[in-house]
Amino acid sequence: MITREPRYFPPPTDWRGKMGRQVLTTLRDAGRAMLLLAESVWSLRYMMVRRSRQEILQQMVAGGIRSLGVITVVATFTGMILALQTGIEMRRFGQEVYIGGAVMVSMLREMGPFMTGLILAASVGSAIAAQMGTMVVSEEIAALELMSINPIRFLVMPRLVAMAVMTPLLSFYSCIMGVVGGGVVGMTQLGVPWSAYIDNATRFAENKDLFVGMFKAFLFGIIIVITACHQGFATTQGAVGVGNATRRTVILSFLAILIVGYFVTRLFYV
Amino acid sequence: MIQFENVTKFLGGRRVLNGVTFDVRKGETLVVVGPSGTGKSVTLKHMVRLMTPDEGRVVVDGQVVSEASGEHLERIREKFGVLFQGGALLEWLNVGENVALPLREKTQMPEEEIMERVVAKLKLVGLEGDMAKFPSEISGGMRKRVGLARAIIRNPEIILYDEPTSGLDPVSSRTIDQLIDSMRNELGVTSVVVTHDLHSALSIGSRIAMLTGGRVVELADPAEFVRSGQEEVQLFLESQFITRRGEWEKDIR
Repeated sequence: MITREPRYFPPPTDWRGKMGRQVLTTLRDAGRAMLLLAESVWSLRYMMVRRSRQEILQQMVAGGIRSLGVITVVATFTGMILALQTGIEMRRFGQEVYIGGAVMVSMLREMGPFMTGLILAASVGSAIAAQMGTMVVSEEIAALELMSINPIRFLVMPRLVAMAVMTPLLSFYSCIMGVVGGGVVGMTQLGVPWSAYIDNATRFAENKDLFVGMFKAFLFGIIIVITACHQGFATTQGAVGVGNATRRTVILSFLAILIVGYFVTRLFYV
Repeated sequence: MIQFENVTKFLGGRRVLNGVTFDVRKGETLVVVGPSGTGKSVTLKHMVRLMTPDEGRVVVDGQVVSEASGEHLERIREKFGVLFQGGALLEWLNVGENVALPLREKTQMPEEEIMERVVAKLKLVGLEGDMAKFPSEISGGMRKRVGLARAIIRNPEIILYDEPTSGLDPVSSRTIDQLIDSMRNELGVTSVVVTHDLHSALSIGSRIAMLTGGRVVELADPAEFVRSGQEEVQLFLESQFITRRGEWEKDIR
């Protein structure tokens, strides 16, 4: 049941009580988010229903295609900065020709999924949280429950599938744009020919880098949707609550992306 | 048909319902009135288990709602249609799609049959020509009428109305009142209406219950209600109409 009654506990008076409550609240929220994820995964069996297919496609367009512009700009400039910073240092040793490898590996392993995750958390995640929060406040979620329509199957599952597919694709796209941006800087600022840049880029990068990067992006997509829906569904206090849910979604998604990103890197590369 | 048995509910450390006991009879329109914050909407939410009582129980057709879950709860909820305060329409679906939603999601009905039923229900609320409009393109009164069409699309036995006339002009309020009346007369449904609009309450109610301080202080038919000796009732009547006891008997159907 999404529509939960507000539970009341008397406010703690001392710092230990306050800290204890904070820990319990965090654990409770994490548990609820995991339950939401579990129920969403269980709802995947309805993924091929006509209405679900349509909704998934709509969410792919809303969440993915509409983010292409900002991802293009951010990824290109990330690649350009990487190439410039690395190239300036490498030129001191006459090794600037190797910037292709540095940019490609950085983008595939870390920067591509990471930048894509942050952009989608800020744009798509906040939008999902605001929509869910508004639906809670205007009693649309309660109406769905009373019509015996499962809000998780109806709202969360299509967004989860859409983002789990689109985030890796957008991450791959951002890697390409970053590498292209780095190549442009290599040619124009560092005197590295395009063919040498691409040759180095492909020589140093491995398939594993691509797959780990895509896996990270896949996890980031799931994190964004579950965080946004969980925060949206937990909205109370009208318009102020919707604003808080949106803010918390962005902050929590950023933190989760950073932490999960670190552990995935550690898992595959250490 | 619905029994509230000594229902108590705490919210935010405050006792919102305090041993509420009443029943709703089959086919009647029970109007629940009272000042803001006295637990009218909370009472309504208990009927469909959007809230559960801390003490006491709510029984619908012999089944204890507060103990129901899963498919059992789904079957109980199927008896209900609910009109929410703002209509609770999904903004990205048009009027027709909103009304058709419960049928498309919960039944295997063919599309032609769904559309026939949607048109019939929209006709009943006077909106058959507005099927393609989106909720953002219609007025507050129309949103409530669409919400009502959606509430009755699966032919419920009981309709719950949460503040159906709040925020509406007098003409739209009258239209909603007439619709509530026609639902009872034409569809034979049992209705529970939560409102602070005493004008509406007197014109549509078979019985009126007044909630104050989390308790039912009066439960009577409209004629008896305006003559009630309860001080809370008279204060409420006077605060709403700024008039003397009994003068509003002419509004009663």
